[in-house]
Order: sequence, then C-alpha cells, then structure tokens
Amino acid sequence: MCGGNVIVERGWAIAVHGGAGVDPELPPERQEQAKQVLRRCLQLGSSALRAGGAAIDTDPTFNSGRGSALTSKGTVEMEASIMDGPRRRCGAVSGLTTVKNPISLARLVMDRSPHSYLAFDGAEEFAREQGVEVVENDYFITEENVGMLKLAKEANTILFDYRVPLAETCSKAAAAAAAEDGGGLQMMNGLPLSVYAQETVGCVVVDSQGRCAAATSTGGLMNKKSGRIGDSPIIGAGTYACGACAVSCTGEGEAILRGTLARDVAALMEYKGLSLQEAVDFVIKERLDEGMAGLIAVSGTGDVAYGFNCTGMFRGCASSDGFLDVGIWN
Amino acid sequence: MCGGGVERRTHRWAIAVHGGAGVDPNLPPEKQEQAKQLLARCLHLGVAALRSDLAAVDVVELVVKELETDPFFNSGRGSALTRKGTVEMEASIMDGVRRRCGAVSGVTTVKNPISLARLVMDRSPHSYLAFHGAEEFARQQGVETVDNGYFITEDNVGMLKQAKEADSILFDYRVPLPAACSAAAAAAAGLDGGGVKMNGMPLSVYAPETVGCVVVDGLGRCAAATSTGGLMNKMEGRIGDSPLIGAGTYACEVCAVSCTGEGEAIIRSTLAREVAALMEYKGMSLREAVDYAVEERLDEGKAGLIAVSSSGDVAYGFNCVGMFRAYATEDGFYHVGIWD
Repeated sequence: MCGGNVIVERGWAIAVHGGAGVDPELPPERQEQAKQVLRRCLQLGSSALRAGGAAIDTDPTFNSGRGSALTSKGTVEMEASIMDGPRRRCGAVSGLTTVKNPISLARLVMDRSPHSYLAFDGAEEFAREQGVEVVENDYFITEENVGMLKLAKEANTILFDYRVPLAETCSKAAAAAAAEDGGGLQMMNGLPLSVYAQETVGCVVVDSQGRCAAATSTGGLMNKKSGRIGDSPIIGAGTYACGACAVSCTGEGEAILRGTLARDVAALMEYKGLSLQEAVDFVIKERLDEGMAGLIAVSGTGDVAYGFNCTGMFRGCASSDGFLDVGIWN
Repeated sequence: MCGGGVERRTHRWAIAVHGGAGVDPNLPPEKQEQAKQLLARCLHLGVAALRSDLAAVDVVELVVKELETDPFFNSGRGSALTRKGTVEMEASIMDGVRRRCGAVSGVTTVKNPISLARLVMDRSPHSYLAFHGAEEFARQQGVETVDNGYFITEDNVGMLKQAKEADSILFDYRVPLPAACSAAAAAAAGLDGGGVKMNGMPLSVYAPETVGCVVVDGLGRCAAATSTGGLMNKMEGRIGDSPLIGAGTYACEVCAVSCTGEGEAIIRSTLAREVAALMEYKGMSLREAVDYAVEERLDEGKAGLIAVSSSGDVAYGFNCVGMFRAYATEDGFYHVGIWD
C-alpha cells in the first residue's frame, strides 16, 4: 500500500516520481496526462519485475531528456545517477548535452568506466566511446520550455536554489511574493509554481530477491546558470540504495544536498531502527528546514513509501500484491 | 583560558588538517619531514586565526588556501594530472551553522578552488558549479586566475608518466567486477610482487588525493573544507568525492568532517555524512563514529578522514597505508603524523 507499512515477504515493489512542486492550477487534462505517463512507467517496471528482473535493470525508459528545463542560455544540460543496493555500486553524470538517455550513461559509468561520476566534456567523450545514442541539443528543447524560460527570467530577479536565505534575498522574496499576488504566491526554488518546471524523474525498485536500486534523472533548474549541478547526480542527496532501501528525491536542490536526504532515510533505518515510512516522514519533516522537496522509497523487505512537504508530487507505486496507485496531491 | 575576543568564547576550539591518505611507505625521509613541516605551518595558521576569533568557516578556507598554494600536496598547485596532462581541480566547503555549502569541479584556471567554492556558497544562487560554468562564475567574481600550466609541477609530469606505465588497470577502486579483479590480481603480482595499491596504482606512483581542514571555533561552530586535483591519470570530467557534500565534506551542528582516499569508496559510503549520522542517530561519540565509519562503511575501499566535534573533540582515522595529518586543540593537544 502506497504510503503505508504493509510488509510483503519476498514481494517486489516499485515507485516512480515525476518531480515535486506542482502548480495547483495545473489544468485537469495535464494532470490526467501526467498520471497516464506514471501508470505506463509503473506497468513497464512491474512487468519486468514480475518476470523476475533484477532491480537495477528495471528502469522504465524515462524520456526526461526531452522537455528538460533550460539553462539561462536556453540550452539543456542533463544529469543523472543510479545506485545498485547489493554492493552500493553507483554511477553518475552531469552536464550532458547530447546524450538521449542520461540514466543509461550513468549506468555505463558505473559498469564500464574506471570512475563513478563523469561530467561535461568528459562525460560526452565517454558517451561517444560507448556508442550511446546522441542527438543535437535542440532535440531536448520544447516550445513550452522556451516559454517557461522567458517567464522565469521575468519572474526571477531573485532566483535562488532555495539556499538558507541571506537577509537580502529573504526580504526580496517576501516583497516579490507580496507584490505578485497579494502574498499568496507559492514558490519553489524562488520561482512561482506557475512557472516552475518540476525537476527530475526517479525510480526506486526492490525485486523479488530483496535487491534495491534507485535512479534519478533531470534537466535541472529552469534558468539555472550553465554548469550548475543539483542534487540528482549526487549519491546520498538525490539518489541512494543499499541493503535496507532505495530512495530517489526531487525538489529544491540545495535543500536536498545539505539534508543528504536519500542517505538519511537509510541511515535512520539502519541506525535508529525506524521503518521505511517512519524514516521517510522523519526526513521530510526534520531534514529540510525551510526547503521544499519530496522523495519515493522502497525497502528491502518490500515496503514502498513516499513523502513531500511541498505542493504536490507526481508519483506512482505498485507492488507484487497487486497494488497500483498514482497521485499528484496530498 | 581563552584570550581576548569580542564575544565571550563558550566552547573549546579544535582544528585538524590533512594532506591525503595512501602514502608510499618508501617516501624519502626528507619528503616526510617536508610534509610534516607544511602540515604544522598550516595548522599554526589556523590556530592563530582561531585565537583571533575568526569564524570556523573562514578558518577552514584560510587553511585550505594555504595547502592549495603550496605545491607539495595534491591540490591547487601540485595537483595530480589528468590522462591528458592537464589539471582539473575541485573543492567543497560546508558551514555547520545552518549547513550551508558550496562546491566546484572542473576548475582549470582558478588559483584557489576552495575560495571559489566559498563564493558559490555565498554569492551564487546555486550550491555546486562545474567546468565552464564554474570558470565563468570565477571571472564574474573577479577571482585570481592563472594559466593551467601554473598548477603543473615537474614532479607530477613524471608521476603521470609512471602512472600510465603502471596502470592498464586504473580504477577508482570500485567493488571489482571479476575481470577487473583478476587483472588487478595479476598486475599486482606482476608489477611489484603484490605491493600495496591505492585506486589501482602502486603507492609509489599514487599521489594521495586531497587536502582538507576541519574546525570548531570558540563559539562551537563547525566547518569543513576539502580540495583536490583528483586522481592521477584520471579521465577528463571525472569527479571524485572531494566536491560532494556528504561524501568528502560535511559539517553540521555536531561535527565537521573531511575525507581523502579512494573516491568511489568514499562516495558509496557517504563517509563524511556517516560520521555525523552515527553521532546523531546512534548517539556515538566522535571517536566511536570515526572508527565505525572507517571500519564498517568502506568495505574493500581505502580512505581516511579528519573530524572535529562541536564539543571540542578531534579525531582521525584511516584504513590505508598512511595519512598526512595534524591537529591541535585549545587544551594544548598537538599532533603531526603520517603513519599509524
């Protein structure tokens, strides 16, 4: 049961997310569209798991590449990380501009490079060595996001990674919020939710042998500085998997990074004996301070859970006992 | 009893520095002495700053800048070289007060990467900038930049050559796949009769990665900073543990940690965060947490770390051959060492 605590012995479980911080005014047809995508991903993953697939391989093909948020220069820079619970192997990439499937490149970094994390020119070079599918950078750019970037630039004299605010940005944010819609404006990463593009997609899986794996992929923050790295490729922040659980996070990058969010879910289970749901709840409540974020998680014993402290998170869960649920709001 | 200072000190200060883990046991005595003198000098710089009530985050930046500037250790000037013979540096800094952080990777012209990381934390809208984006930010901020050649030392050009020869099996000490495993075993047997390796390289050519500093100041504030040129003969674009918050660097209200060693091992074990988590969630002391982290979290990986707690404790630990380190506490404890 999604969000619950039902332990399924030797059962598999999968959760996917499509980002946290959703515009409460999102048109119903867009909401339905999102839920269909989530459902489809769950079904893909579930089929693989039913057939006995290993957690690490069960990653529904996200096309988070296309439609990625744009940098301040109007380009796309993608990043991703993957982690295999059994021996905590991991791979990550940042600054990808032509690789069609960033998470697959992260997997290749893990399996076939001498390193754990490759970025920018080095990652692109590695991609060519490995012969992965590459495209022009504008393949990833959608008209919608070009429009969003424009709005973000207009809205955004105070864009910040939701860092613990300095007095200056704090008052500016308050002023902007008050000015724009009578102080009722909901913000994420310093952007009004109406222009905020959800960062990140992610997937966590526990297979029928209790092996956990996590994967997270993103185009990053709308209007980000070129070269900005968020939480998604950072092991322990946006992604984590070990024997106890697998976690994928989404939301305000700095909050997730300084809260080492993904690792903390596991650490609470390991060191404080919390259940998966308790650990997820604790982390969302206690580790984010003023930051906004969400996460999905599975445990090695077949639990699945999610949590978020912001307005909405696209997510879905399924488990071997036949449970399947997708949602956006609380 | 503390000396002067505007605010009354409420805590005992402590400071530790490191110059990398995984030291060649055959390192000539004069080099060992040189290392210890450099560590001592940087330590004293930090101690003087603490006695003048400089804040922890400023002290760690100051000390790491000094370590970067001296070419002896693998950071800033004297950094290890990529397989193309260039230098790509990375660094991160974390202020335990409110856990603010800043990091940079792929820095090629900035004289002091740790200072750029500090500026990312204080003056950019982000937490982590890399490669051309980091360089661009550096120019916007007007930091001191030099040609990439400034960072390259003759010593390291020679080391790179040796690393290339020794190293058909260079790996980030990942949990080995069977093929790499047997190749590694064969190579180890062949190259130097089964001698000690770090990151797949014999210790004689391995450049211990990273310098770092952790501090707790007279007001109980913790901070950590780590800086490196990375792995000798690495692929361009390779990012190690040093700029990764939670892996190579971490600071919070209870402690500050800086790690060094095999990057992949430190990343997968989230080593720096681990020490703090063990204190916070398992109630361990700093000493216990450091020991547990080094003993239990690294599996086959080789690494070391330095740490201080908000209550003025200092500790270090490593599971490899040697770690350049030094520490001092307000109580008068003082130590400089390389070996166990």
